[in-house]
Amino acid sequence: MKGDRTLIILGVVLLAVVGAGPLLPQWALFLLTIAIAKGLVAQGLMLQLRAGLVSFGQALYYCIGAYTAGILGRFFGISDMLLEMLCGAAVAAFIAFILGFLLARYRGIFYGLLSLALSMILYGLLVKSEALGSTDGINILPSTVFGIKPSQESVRHVVLVAGCAVAFLATLLVNRYLNTPLGQLAAAIKDNEIRVEYMGTSVREAIHVKYVIAAALSGIGGALAATTVGHIDPDMAYWTTSGEFIFITILAGTKSVVAPFLGAMIFGIIHTVAFDVSPNTWQMTLGIALLLVILFLPEGLWSLFTRRKAA
Amino acid sequence: MAVVLDARELNKRFGAVTAATGVSAAIEQDSVVGLIGTNGAGKTTFINMITGYIKPDTGSIHFRGRDITALSPREVTRIGICRSFQIPQLYSSLTVMENMMVGLGVVLRNAGLGGFFSRGRPNVPGHDAPAEEVAERILTRFGLSDYRNKNAQVLPGGVRKLLDIALTMVAKPTILLLDEPTSGVSAEEKFGMMDMVMAAVKAEGATVLFVEHDMEVVSRFAQRVLAFYDGRIIADAPPEIALRDPEVKRYVVGGELHRMDEQQGASNA
Repeated sequence: MKGDRTLIILGVVLLAVVGAGPLLPQWALFLLTIAIAKGLVAQGLMLQLRAGLVSFGQALYYCIGAYTAGILGRFFGISDMLLEMLCGAAVAAFIAFILGFLLARYRGIFYGLLSLALSMILYGLLVKSEALGSTDGINILPSTVFGIKPSQESVRHVVLVAGCAVAFLATLLVNRYLNTPLGQLAAAIKDNEIRVEYMGTSVREAIHVKYVIAAALSGIGGALAATTVGHIDPDMAYWTTSGEFIFITILAGTKSVVAPFLGAMIFGIIHTVAFDVSPNTWQMTLGIALLLVILFLPEGLWSLFTRRKAA
Repeated sequence: MAVVLDARELNKRFGAVTAATGVSAAIEQDSVVGLIGTNGAGKTTFINMITGYIKPDTGSIHFRGRDITALSPREVTRIGICRSFQIPQLYSSLTVMENMMVGLGVVLRNAGLGGFFSRGRPNVPGHDAPAEEVAERILTRFGLSDYRNKNAQVLPGGVRKLLDIALTMVAKPTILLLDEPTSGVSAEEKFGMMDMVMAAVKAEGATVLFVEHDMEVVSRFAQRVLAFYDGRIIADAPPEIALRDPEVKRYVVGGELHRMDEQQGASNA
């Protein structure tokens, strides 16, 4: 039943986005697409957070996804955004599979700081890499879908619809995974790893799988953000970017696969409005917003819906 | 009866502390074995070596003829040796039912069922019913049905113990190791609890080894007693013999048996 509801919510959101897209201004389409991209990364963080793991370096895979898209365009002339997202996910997942053997051994602050260290290593490498534009970064080729280049007026809507479709598919797969025995181990791992091992399964393997899935989602998000913005730079791997994703995840809550997208949209709105109203103190506004959520909605914005249901 | 578990000359030291010295025991199928001894005598080390949590320095452990000494705890669980804990190890943020479902999910996954591409509600291997039904059945056997939707962290001590043991049953164990099943349970409740546990365990057809400090529980439920002292087994016999062994009386039972004798004498009179 729960899975069915998620499917319905996702379907309604997708239809709303596709239908309302042409009516929305360009800036709103841009914000929505970026929210989808960041929501995918937050969804990956959510998977880890459910198992009690906080990655302070999820921007690593966001950046890998973005640079995969950038490299495809710069060196291979590929501009198909679906292919960019697919390759972004694959490269991120492959690197996470390798690094996961190391990460899955650690818990708590060590897991967090090790993930942060890895993202900062990538940042350092990119800053020193002239072929990839160093600190200036590189431009992304204008987006195409199945070889068709959308018109200047419709490109934002096309990118949003394509991004939503991929996020929809990814979310369905994540939802399905969360309903498998392996997916349902997250809370058990968070509560009692010893018992999980004595139940007959490997905690390390379960965490490794979550880490790879989270990386793939972040890779898709990075590629989508890259093609939306049209430019990438090493800041995408910087620790403040990872902090932004943690912010979104806490804001959203971890109870639903849909929540990260809601969190990312609210984050985008707060960020945009705060910056517009007070360009020099927008961080303070974000901080206050997070503080209020932690104080009054410790389980995130999604608990607004679950609370009402419980009542 | 066939030997299902065979520990051969197990030795284990932790620095200057000897936890096991030449520990050997052949456990027969369907038997109920009580492990007794004072704190630090080597009972839990013996359990931990069987379950793969601690590796013996020398010696070997065989399960149905297979050397399992090098296996990890999860591998030992998978072959059918499960354990409960002195301090219940539960998933405290989950309900009783969710605790059971996590365990059953692991059993399904280990059997290659219930994965990403599977459809429907597969039967849990060994139980021949879907997970929800198996969970209900086990909870009923352990008298936990009324707690089904309660969060594990708010359960009373005795119920936590029962759930800890019930969780071991999801894997349909061949051998069940119970570490002090009645510790923390009131004197009035412990026999009732053990009756329930033994009935449930026997219904599943498991061989039982249980660590116990209460000699009344041991004499009532064990068919055989292994008495530990200073890392050695100093007696291996049925309870009526082992509990009257002079060494066991001196090092393990102490004044407790005298009290039991006195109670018996008083009731006879």
